[in-house]
Amino acid sequence: MKFERKDILGIQDLSVNEINLILETAESFLEISTRPIKKVPALRGKTIINLFYEASTRTRTSFEIAGKRLSADTINISSSTSSVVKGETLIDTARNLEAMNPDVIVIRHSAAGAPHLLARLVKQSIINAGDGAHEHPTQALLDMMTIKEHKGKFSGLKVAIIGDIEHSRVARSNIYGLSKMGANVVLAGPATMLPRDIEQMGVKVFPHVEDAITKADVVMMLRIQLERQKQNIFPSLREYSQRFSLNRNNITLAKKDVIVMHPGPINRGVEISPDIADDPSFSVILDQVNKGIAVRMALLYLLTGGSE
Amino acid sequence: MKLLLTGAKLIDPSQNVESRLDIFLENGKIAKVGTNLAKATKSKDSEKITKVIDLSGMILVPGLIDMHTHLREPGYEYKETIASGAAAAVAGGFTSIACMPNSNPINDNRSITEFIRRKATEAALANVYPVGAISKNSEGSQLTEFWDLKEAGIVALSDDGKPVMNAGLMRRAMEYAYSLQLPIISHCEDTNLSADGLMNEGYYSTILGLNGIPSIAEEAMVARDILIAEFTKTSIHIAHVSTAGSVRLIRDAKERGLKVTAETAPHYFTLTDESLQSYDVNYKMYPPLRSEDDVKAIKEGLADGTIDVIACDHAPHGRTDKEVEFEYAANGISGLETSLPLSMDLIKNKTLNWKELITKMSLNPARILNLPKGTLQTGADADVTVIDPLFNWTVDVQAFRSRGKNSPFNGRQMQGKAILTIVGGEIKYDGR
Repeated sequence: MKFERKDILGIQDLSVNEINLILETAESFLEISTRPIKKVPALRGKTIINLFYEASTRTRTSFEIAGKRLSADTINISSSTSSVVKGETLIDTARNLEAMNPDVIVIRHSAAGAPHLLARLVKQSIINAGDGAHEHPTQALLDMMTIKEHKGKFSGLKVAIIGDIEHSRVARSNIYGLSKMGANVVLAGPATMLPRDIEQMGVKVFPHVEDAITKADVVMMLRIQLERQKQNIFPSLREYSQRFSLNRNNITLAKKDVIVMHPGPINRGVEISPDIADDPSFSVILDQVNKGIAVRMALLYLLTGGSE
Repeated sequence: MKLLLTGAKLIDPSQNVESRLDIFLENGKIAKVGTNLAKATKSKDSEKITKVIDLSGMILVPGLIDMHTHLREPGYEYKETIASGAAAAVAGGFTSIACMPNSNPINDNRSITEFIRRKATEAALANVYPVGAISKNSEGSQLTEFWDLKEAGIVALSDDGKPVMNAGLMRRAMEYAYSLQLPIISHCEDTNLSADGLMNEGYYSTILGLNGIPSIAEEAMVARDILIAEFTKTSIHIAHVSTAGSVRLIRDAKERGLKVTAETAPHYFTLTDESLQSYDVNYKMYPPLRSEDDVKAIKEGLADGTIDVIACDHAPHGRTDKEVEFEYAANGISGLETSLPLSMDLIKNKTLNWKELITKMSLNPARILNLPKGTLQTGADADVTVIDPLFNWTVDVQAFRSRGKNSPFNGRQMQGKAILTIVGGEIKYDGR
């Protein structure tokens, strides 16, 4: 199968075949990161710009390493060091970058739809590295890759996503992706964190964590943004951790071989108790980070014509 | 100039007329309406100073009135000027427009009102009626001088663009304005509920990850204003109604005999929030595009008379206001040049008949604003709009007279257009 897409803007647009191709390509790249010399020449001479308008350690580093392991030249621009502080518009920044002829632009932006604006404007491939509360496709792909490795399949799996769904681009991308691949996605969180009409995305919604994680194959905990407390979305961290965290007690409701995921960064003791996060019999959190590099390598490779 | 317009079908809801009649305009007034006026005029008019225009197949109506526009001058001339806005108005078939006070500075005093009127006189296109601010700088804390503003020429009061969040201030404004026969136009939005919302709250805001504006943000304030109108025995005009709940509240208020009137804009009965899926900033407006159910309710409200007026909420913007991320883009659509054909779709989909449409686009706004307009009665101002109902055209924002090229309807196929706009007996737009 040839990969025909110019951009990766969201999982919503991807077909099952495309997701499979990305995951298979990523699996074939996994091994490169285990070599003593972690570099292949696949993208030699290609230029990748990481345009980050929002703070990020994991995702930006992961994209940079992915590009470098494929021998691409990677350039990082973050909003504090670029023309953004001088008041240049995203459109002007994009046109300037376009004029420098990169091959791929990876963008993270707090405004949902910013990658779409960029994709309409420039001829280069755009990868959405997270736009507002909209989508985070590379995170969902690495999550799917992790699940596939541990469970061997998607169909029939019960995946519980717990926490602040409303503000989570990770949740949206995973709902699209996992549903497409045949998993049953269920959600739980405080009513104030469940966006309106989310059921129309084909998910079941529960008010209590216990209902969602019962007999789950996968439990994905979302980061709670501490500043949301000021917006009266929840009363206190204390109450949140008592009612909505994953801990020793409620994890027993899930299947015995449940895997626990988290897109990071973790608030230890808030949405997940430290002993669960660190318990290798459940937690695949660091495995997710590892898969992230392979998935991003696969996308860079496919977008620059690697499937031809 | 003397004008004799022959052969068109006249539709004048004020006289319940809908038939083929000639109309003779003289000295800026409607001098005569009748059959075979050509003969009678010719015999008297030996010097042939009467211009005769054959309008067979056309529809001739009292000049259209848009009671909700933003002309941006003073302050934001790059978005629109009073002259460019008035040019857009006549090109869209509007002989009169009311302009909201949210210029910079805000129209909250006599000098700004006089400035707007002077600019409108200089432009000499459409009649421009300023709307004054309810509160100083539209900040919602201190009333403006209603008497002075009225004397200067405002036809209504509104803090449009912003709601009057302080219910106590709104009550005082409604009481004080009512005694002056100045209508208050309420921008209904509870800002605690709309907060940092960017689009209608529902399935589409959820999947797009954009903060939602719940329908109750509008409805809570519609309900509040209706309650104030009832308690104080005053009147209120609800601007840009966008939700099913607002329609229900207004219908109920009217059934109870309260003095409540309401308007909606063409985009609220034409588009839904589904359109925002492309993150196209031209679909970003306040109030936001709502759901299918809301669109249906708006049409029902138009059909049963709950909604009195169609006003386009003309909100022109410059490129810099719109060529940014969705979140940062300005709200609104440049609407004057697409309002009539979009509204004519209501005839095609059997929501309204011609008389009802013209009532909502001419007679009712004239009545609400107390303007001696909206009629083709002999002796009335010679404000006339001629519509070619079968004119097929494609919207091209670059051809707009308005400086605002922001329209989600760019490229849309339209049927029907104003082809002649006559203000005070003079042809101000000729699109034949």
